Amino acid sequence: MEPDQTQIEPLTLGEQRRAELVGPGHSFATVTDKISSIVLTRKTTLGFLGAFTVAFGLAMMLFYTLAYVVVVGVGAFGVNVPVGWGFDIINFVWWIGIGHAGTLISAILLLLRQQWRTSINRFAEAMTLFAVACAALYPIMHTGRPWLAIYWLFPYPNTMGLWPQFRSPLIWDVFAVSTYATVSALFWFVGLIPDLATLRDRATARFARFAYGMLAMGWRGSAMHWHRYETASLLLAGLATPLVVSVHTIVSFDFAVSVLPGWHATIFPPYFVAGAIYSGFAMVMTLAIPLRVVYGLEDFITLRHLQNMAKIILATGLIVAYGYMMEAFTAWYSGNEYERFMILNRLKGPYAVMYWALIACNVIAPQILWFGKLRRNVALLFAMSLVVNVGMWLERYVIIVTSLHRDFLPSSWGLYSGSKWDWSMYIGTIGLFLTLLFLFIRFLPMISIFEMRTILPQAEVKEEGQ
Amino acid sequence: MAQIFHHSTNTFSKLSIFGAVFILALLLWLFGAFSRSSYATQAGVDREQPVPFSHAHHVGGIGIDCRYCHTSVETSAVAGIPPTKTCMNCHSQVWNSSPTLEPVRESFRSDRSIEWTRVHDLPDFAYFNHSIHLKKGMACEVCHGRVDKMPLMHQQASLQMEWCLDCHRNPEKYVRRREDVFKMGYEPPADQLAFGLHLVKEYKIQSRTSCSTCHR
Repeated sequence: MEPDQTQIEPLTLGEQRRAELVGPGHSFATVTDKISSIVLTRKTTLGFLGAFTVAFGLAMMLFYTLAYVVVVGVGAFGVNVPVGWGFDIINFVWWIGIGHAGTLISAILLLLRQQWRTSINRFAEAMTLFAVACAALYPIMHTGRPWLAIYWLFPYPNTMGLWPQFRSPLIWDVFAVSTYATVSALFWFVGLIPDLATLRDRATARFARFAYGMLAMGWRGSAMHWHRYETASLLLAGLATPLVVSVHTIVSFDFAVSVLPGWHATIFPPYFVAGAIYSGFAMVMTLAIPLRVVYGLEDFITLRHLQNMAKIILATGLIVAYGYMMEAFTAWYSGNEYERFMILNRLKGPYAVMYWALIACNVIAPQILWFGKLRRNVALLFAMSLVVNVGMWLERYVIIVTSLHRDFLPSSWGLYSGSKWDWSMYIGTIGLFLTLLFLFIRFLPMISIFEMRTILPQAEVKEEGQ
Repeated sequence: MAQIFHHSTNTFSKLSIFGAVFILALLLWLFGAFSRSSYATQAGVDREQPVPFSHAHHVGGIGIDCRYCHTSVETSAVAGIPPTKTCMNCHSQVWNSSPTLEPVRESFRSDRSIEWTRVHDLPDFAYFNHSIHLKKGMACEVCHGRVDKMPLMHQQASLQMEWCLDCHRNPEKYVRRREDVFKMGYEPPADQLAFGLHLVKEYKIQSRTSCSTCHR
């Protein structure tokens, strides 16, 4: 079904928009071939194996760390009075925040009918799932006895006649994150079903056909199937939409509900949500740019996609910058000496280097995105996305450590730094994240095949039905 | 091309989806039932003792008061296990050649305690004080059951925290007059709740449920 090149017809507006999202010359068949071949026929290269080995090695380091912490106890971590919250919550917030872009892309942009979400939503959702898995490790491990965590965290009729403290944001966190993980996993899986059926039909190896067949759950692509699929997907999008805002709002309550200078601020929920989307899009970009180069997906993840993401990063970055400004303003305007001390201590105290580094990473660096020319410079975008990832980690470090290390009484002041086990757990979760991502790329279509077909110019419905 | 799956797969997959829900519910129920079972709590299980001492005989039959043996129950945290001398008060005269009681006489001669098996053994992280419970009108029978009918001692309650809290949250359900705390087979009045509330006020019973009441 080659499109007729001789007949020149002016493109409709819809076709023009679509043409920017997919490279020229693609038909329904080439899209399907291109994406499914990455999983089914592409040779596993040495480069892939090498990168996977590194990631897997780091993941093994994570498991070694987990075992060590279980055997020795949470004393292996660097936390102590007065800084009782350290890497565990810093990294928890960092990973959960990263997940938010996936949900925003798959739910909110779906409801807003943003077609450019199509090619990035699958792996962004996968990123969400893996990020939530990494995030969940921290609160579970920080309990010290992870096998007992279930009865500390979840309300159920236990033999102690006790329930968790429902007035504590920490239990809201449990609900927020577990709901988030469940909805994200369902959304991701439901979206995969038609593509799994495509892989089932195209695979030649017996086991691959069986495995994809089981996962495709009997999908035959009938009108009834599509109708149900659309309904389920819209319902899940509706469920996931409030989660984009609620999950990080509740994470921010972990801080805002306490009465510590620097934490007890009403700006926290919107400021955290914006930061989450900011860091999430930076991570999507960090992953998208190498993927499109290595797998030759420039036709599907176009400059237009990268530019759109860059604009979201710029917008949310400005909200985050406003948050930093408001923290300082509120501290001054409150007239509260502890609040004022806290902000001055951030600017000039022992963690000042980290504070100014975070300002450079999160406020100054993204300003380059105002310029169209720089937004089209892929290498620069990649570097910038890494800078934002680092900046957002520093932000959580500064918020958590600076408020804790100067207690109300100077006699209880102290300094904090992560132990080597903190670092090996942090780097280990990055390894786990990458390992899961490599497996995902190898065994599942990283771009939604059937949704890509719907945004091809030839899928534009030109006439209204009778 | 041959079909990958037999058509019965449809039925199996539907069954497994519904089945998973029931299996999960069943597992949760089993977990709850097991952790409250007498296998896990040892409630209602008679313990072997070096001498088969019968509370049924001594309390129910002869009518010895609890405090004759458990002397410190009104004044201290622990009720106290009687020394062999207490046994010998009577058993130097009665059954003094019974082979069953040889370990008692042996203990008396050698001045080494009989090593009874502890039946009510709270975990070390739980603090419990007998005297305050008696002072506030909480009877032996409420926790230990009809000791006068137990040939061998067993634990009647689960001793789980939800069991403690049942009373700590609503003491009026079980409280009785101080005069009646050592009575076995006490019949609560028909209006126990109203009567209980009256006693709670009279004895100034505080519903202590903060963690550090028991976990000090």
